Amino acid sequence: MIVSWLGWMAVAVAGTAQGVDGQSVSVASPQRVVTLGGTLTEIVYALGAEDRLAGVDASSVFPASARQLPQVGYYRQVGAEGILSLAPDLVIASEEAGPPAALALLEQAGVPVLRLSSEPSAGAAVARIEAVGAVLERSSQATAAAAALRRALAEVEPLDPSPTVAFVFGRGAGSLVVAGTGTAAEAMIRLGGGTPAITGYEGYKPLTPEALVVAAPEVIVSTTRVVEGLGGLDGLAALPAVAATPAAAQGRLVVLEDLLFLGFGPRLGAGAKALNEALAAP
Amino acid sequence: MTDGVPWGETSHRFGAAPWWALGSATVGVLLLGSASLGAVPIDVMDVLGMLASAAGLPVEASWTPLEETVLWRLRLPRVALSALVGAGLSLAGALTQGLFRNPLAEPGLLGVSAGAGLFAALAIVAGSSALSAWLATSTVAMSAFVGGLLTTVLVAAIATVDGRPSVTTMLLAGIAVSALAGAGLGLLLTLADDAQLRSITFWMMGSIGGATWPAVGVAAVGVGLPALVSLRWAPALDAMLLGVTEAQHLGVDTARVQAGTVAVVAMMVGVCTSLCGVIAFLGLVVPHVARRIVGPGHRRLLPLSVLLGAGLLAAADLMSRTVAAPAELPVGLLTTCLGGPFFLVQLLRHRRHP
Repeated sequence: MIVSWLGWMAVAVAGTAQGVDGQSVSVASPQRVVTLGGTLTEIVYALGAEDRLAGVDASSVFPASARQLPQVGYYRQVGAEGILSLAPDLVIASEEAGPPAALALLEQAGVPVLRLSSEPSAGAAVARIEAVGAVLERSSQATAAAAALRRALAEVEPLDPSPTVAFVFGRGAGSLVVAGTGTAAEAMIRLGGGTPAITGYEGYKPLTPEALVVAAPEVIVSTTRVVEGLGGLDGLAALPAVAATPAAAQGRLVVLEDLLFLGFGPRLGAGAKALNEALAAP
Repeated sequence: MTDGVPWGETSHRFGAAPWWALGSATVGVLLLGSASLGAVPIDVMDVLGMLASAAGLPVEASWTPLEETVLWRLRLPRVALSALVGAGLSLAGALTQGLFRNPLAEPGLLGVSAGAGLFAALAIVAGSSALSAWLATSTVAMSAFVGGLLTTVLVAAIATVDGRPSVTTMLLAGIAVSALAGAGLGLLLTLADDAQLRSITFWMMGSIGGATWPAVGVAAVGVGLPALVSLRWAPALDAMLLGVTEAQHLGVDTARVQAGTVAVVAMMVGVCTSLCGVIAFLGLVVPHVARRIVGPGHRRLLPLSVLLGAGLLAAADLMSRTVAAPAELPVGLLTTCLGGPFFLVQLLRHRRHP
């Protein structure tokens, strides 16, 4: 597989990037790229390379035009054959993309797969942008996008006192699913100048409604799609546990677009700034 | 169909009125305890004080506003809903076992849970933006209720020939329709994103966490009315234990009782499932325990199932919101964890004493 690329590398300077699995991926000016993960699709757009996208996964909802591209399914559960039918010369996948067998099949079929970390941090976001820039030979655009991200992050104002924030990620039959520690939402709350209100558990879990009342978050944040599923902001505010929080009493329920808040992509700085402004508003 | 299946040894020791009073008192204490315990512990005396004060008695407030908010807006609706849903699911289980004349039957056989699950997932995945604007938070619950009802009507229609329901066909049709609904649910899971997937998964494991006073009202009507109607059929169900033909000779309108039982079970399970998601095993296990205590006669079995079911689900919900606090364990998980081993022990005991 690698031997076959060496021939191309002789004629053109290949874009090279290091994947999270330690594998170095190098392709000479890839023209048919498939992205697995909404954040990665967004990065390709941010670098102005969207004309090279041959397909995207179902989580690629931003920008809106990404939805018009051929779909290969949800990135955690893709099929190798569907991706191969698009004749890609490069697949850029989130480390959470899978199943592993499908990605292995792609590599066996001679399609290089660049796997990028999905770690929710500013450093990892910049590294993702730079890796995509390198492999698509758009390094100068990547440098500019990373600089813009850092600039926006620098504009986030420290808040004193820092408001306590709870992030709502959906609802089962009853209790709200709320972000605990070690989540992208927790990292984002801190980047926006807030203090996570729920720290009693890891991950996204159903929170017992009384604990939300006790935590008394001053602001409740959610995303567009989650709030749609809850029957809009009014539906969220009407839940008894939410209604009993200071956040609802002061009308401080904040809704941000899904990938802007949880994507940790090129708009990370903008997302943190938007949250910061919402948290700073009295 | 009933051959070789443990109906439980009949013992009427617990049939007398004092035992009923003791049982009711135990469940009452359990409910009071549930109202007192939680992420915000409230002293039992304060719970009683707040109840008395709401009833208009002059009680000096020794509680905090936070405790008052938690008790009235979160804790009491939750305890009440868990008791109502537990009672409804258990009674539905006892009725289903009577209908199929098989103690291994449970309401899921009629396809109610599977249909409700499919439609709830449908609402979570597809319907969010289009429907929720005007149905607000009840979209999933409404959709689940409709789904449960539709599947049951389908199963009953398949099983009814010339106006007479065939219980065997109903059993098989229920299994087939449930399997189809399960496949539909699987398809929806492949279309869902992370947040939706999480919502569906937690919905399928049940939770009383969404309890509100309006939900309690819906459950009180949706469980209470069918329960009152069905208790009148206890003598007819007793006669049908002998066999459908035998019951007809005794003057029982079996077709009417069978159709009525299906309708009542669908209503109760539909309401409970749409409010709280799928809560497994309760409808199977509680009638078994009740049968051990009062024997197979439906006059005692049905009311005791109501009492035990209310107490058991209230206890399971108490565990669900305290064991892993501040996170919550799905209550359906707990009922299965408690019910599964119990059921296996019953089977093993029966194996030893055939």
